Amino acid sequence: MSTPLLHIQQVNKHFGGVAALTDVSLSIEPGQIYGLIGPNGAGKTTFFNVMTGLYSADSGSFVLDGQAYKPTSVHKVAQVGIARTFQNIRLFNAMSVLENVMVGRHIRTRNGLWAALSRHRRAREEEAQTRQIALELLEYVGIAAFADYRADSLSYGHQRRLEIARALATEPRLLALDEPAAGMNATEKLQLRGLLEKIRNDGRTLLLIEHDVKLVMGVCDRISVLDYGQVIAQGTPEEVRRHPAVIQAYLGASAHV
Amino acid sequence: MDTLIQQLLNGLMLGSLYALVALGYTMVYGILRIINFAHGDLLMMGALVGLSIIRTLQSAFPALPDVAVLLLATLGAMAFCAALAVVIERVAYRRLRNAPRMAPLISGIGVSLLLQTVAMLVWSRNPQMFVQLLPLDPIEVTAGDATHAGAITNITSLTTIGVALAVMLGLLLLVDHTRLGRAMRAVAENPQVASLMGINPNRIIVITFAIGGALAALAGIMMASNYGSAHFYMGFLPGIKAFTAAVLGGIGNLKGAMLGGILLGLIEALGTGYLGELTGGVFGSNYQDVFAFLVLIAVLVFRPSGILGERLATRA
Amino acid sequence: MNLTALISQNTASRARYGLVLFALAIVLAPWLVGHAGGNAWVRTLDFALLYIMLALGLNIVVGYAGLLDLGFIAFYAVGAYLAALLSSPHLLSQFPALAAALPGGMHTPLWVILPLAGLLAAGFGIVLGAPTLRLRGDYLAIVTLGFGEIIRIFMRNLDRPINITNGPKGISSVDPVQLFGFSLARTHEIFGLRVTSVYFYYYLFALLVVLILFACIRLEHSRIGRAWVAIREDEDAAQAMGLDTRRLKLLAFAIGAAFGGISGALFASFQGFVSPESFSLNESIAVLAMVVLGGMGHIPGVILGCVLLAALPEVLRASMGSLQQTLFGQVLIDPEIIRQLFYGLALILAMLYRPAGLWPARRGGAQ
Repeated sequence: MSTPLLHIQQVNKHFGGVAALTDVSLSIEPGQIYGLIGPNGAGKTTFFNVMTGLYSADSGSFVLDGQAYKPTSVHKVAQVGIARTFQNIRLFNAMSVLENVMVGRHIRTRNGLWAALSRHRRAREEEAQTRQIALELLEYVGIAAFADYRADSLSYGHQRRLEIARALATEPRLLALDEPAAGMNATEKLQLRGLLEKIRNDGRTLLLIEHDVKLVMGVCDRISVLDYGQVIAQGTPEEVRRHPAVIQAYLGASAHV
Repeated sequence: MDTLIQQLLNGLMLGSLYALVALGYTMVYGILRIINFAHGDLLMMGALVGLSIIRTLQSAFPALPDVAVLLLATLGAMAFCAALAVVIERVAYRRLRNAPRMAPLISGIGVSLLLQTVAMLVWSRNPQMFVQLLPLDPIEVTAGDATHAGAITNITSLTTIGVALAVMLGLLLLVDHTRLGRAMRAVAENPQVASLMGINPNRIIVITFAIGGALAALAGIMMASNYGSAHFYMGFLPGIKAFTAAVLGGIGNLKGAMLGGILLGLIEALGTGYLGELTGGVFGSNYQDVFAFLVLIAVLVFRPSGILGERLATRA
Repeated sequence: MNLTALISQNTASRARYGLVLFALAIVLAPWLVGHAGGNAWVRTLDFALLYIMLALGLNIVVGYAGLLDLGFIAFYAVGAYLAALLSSPHLLSQFPALAAALPGGMHTPLWVILPLAGLLAAGFGIVLGAPTLRLRGDYLAIVTLGFGEIIRIFMRNLDRPINITNGPKGISSVDPVQLFGFSLARTHEIFGLRVTSVYFYYYLFALLVVLILFACIRLEHSRIGRAWVAIREDEDAAQAMGLDTRRLKLLAFAIGAAFGGISGALFASFQGFVSPESFSLNESIAVLAMVVLGGMGHIPGVILGCVLLAALPEVLRASMGSLQQTLFGQVLIDPEIIRQLFYGLALILAMLYRPAGLWPARRGGAQ
């Protein structure tokens, strides 16, 4: 029984008088694709934002890879090893595709002011390495051909891949994706699923918030279901699919969103 | 004690002016989420246009009583500035509604420069003497004694405060109890949904700008009446201070703008007055403007939502 | 692959040609300009160079990091006043103890003043930038404007209780630049040619512009430069990628301010006096206009913007003055006013029709 990669316990969050999250706990094993689903307003995004440091939790414990972390600031969470993507794809539009990924390398590199001005040998080496790694990541997600294009000139599906490549560049222990399939057609979703599985098979751990139940059931190893800020079911896709509380909450007659 | 009362009176008068101008900022911000950088210059245009109207009326109809001249000039200036504000919205801001936030601000800077330049052309760079049509005879408020002068005020000052209060009450009535006011509040909340309810957001935006322009013009004329002069650069500082007042009260909030304006006026007057007393005149009224800026910075750093506001000034 | 190699070769040789042309232009410019318009125009060119330094500094803050600073001129003022205090008789006249300690007078050499000015301005940049870090674009602008005004008010009023800045009168008799006994403020004979001081200052300023340019270009294509642009494009996403946006923004403020301070120190030595009215909001706006109109974040565009907007008043003064003379027999409208009219219109039109500037960057190839 390996130690979980991400172990979050008893997260509570209030917004004014509204209890957005009540005693939410989550445990992700390394090398899993973990899904978080639930009806609209269930608290998925709130939990995601709490976990990544955008909101502060009222209470809860957060442990990543055996070490506790306090999700008080977004950039520290990223440095600790959780990289996230955004539901509405937030790229650095005026930069090239390659440069976007190079920014992802920022926290794993060191070139500072002196390095920038003098371009001494170690600085040049690091810069070349950054470029190299960024190119390899673009190849990995399949958009290397667009390396020099402006980021916002890519198609939607390719932009999503770029965002994932950028997140991967931070060498995260956990890749957290906020509705990555949003706005995609069936073909794009299939390709996305392939990419996610490839990332998982190469040893990474992923957390997914998704609305597309079919995608989640197909790609996730384990799923938690939220409703009204509480976890109502947890388990493999099979277990969750048959769980009465889940069916009552929103699966119901329509299995597709 | 007399210093206190004197500074309170000064502060109320200043604060009334700031409140009127702050209303314009806060209304435009509430609806469009932009800072109208040229708003202070509407105050300036109001004062100068009013001055021209006064001069024309006085030379054409010398028998007209002063109060009537002032009234007509004020109404004329308010109408002019309302129209000017509408033109500014149409030309400089409308196309930039979906542009990054820097764009309307820079455009507003351009408008501000333009207005100042036009003012320089029409009324020259020199400060113009503003005909003061309301009595300036000092009215004693407190008796004072051998060492301290008593606190004094005058009709101009009192009229300023009175008119400003009346106008503010009127605006509150408009916004809270009329159909137009409801429409304005709806568009400020959510323009798309408001348009689904049959409200034309553009029309509301135009009306908002017009009201803001008129209020600024009123403030401009009263300011010029109190200080006796008007010039092309007179809108800059009051503009920034009024913006500070709007932020202090909670930007987007009408009552906040009124409260912030009065409060800022009081802070400025009391601060300068006592600073002067404390330092024996070394640091005194010449640092008056610093107060407003310090208040602005303090508010935005420590309580960005202002006193009455719910909207935050943090990055969106 | 072959195509890419060919293209990159072409751009490399194009870049080399561009560099040579640029170097030639720099060396020859004052002579061409001086031939056309005499010393006055060369002097304008010198001011244009100062503006370029300022604009490059502001470009880091506004163009790279996306922080709209409307009070940038404050750093220029800090550098100028420091230079003035360190190389004029003012402090000695105020503090007799100091005068006794320095019988030779207060004549700090330029190579000491410049780095001090840069450091002091950088310090101010951090202090003024720190409260603004959480603010959104337009609030940031107004607060920085406030800071700029506060500095100007202090400069104008710090003549009591101790006279530091000499108030509205400003500080005069500032030493001109002296390099190894060679005063830049005098006319010298070089190879039989009488060269006036504006030419010497030109080359000094040009040297500094080149150094600052070098620094800016290196920064732009570095890990830090990328981080700044990331913050400008989407600060939330930048944070999500682990960037410490607070420190990066402060760094931008500091470096931009340092360049501003250095150019301010040069300005003081060039002009020979400093007064608070040289550092008003209008100046901040003028520099901002140069950056915005030229091409935000794009160095060639920024330089173009500077040259255009700095040369504009002179061109207008010359042409409009004589134009109105011929047409109306007198000068109806002060060219200064026309310049401000142009500025205002230019800012509005730029935002409406070319928000990326006259010569914007073109990052990323096709599409």
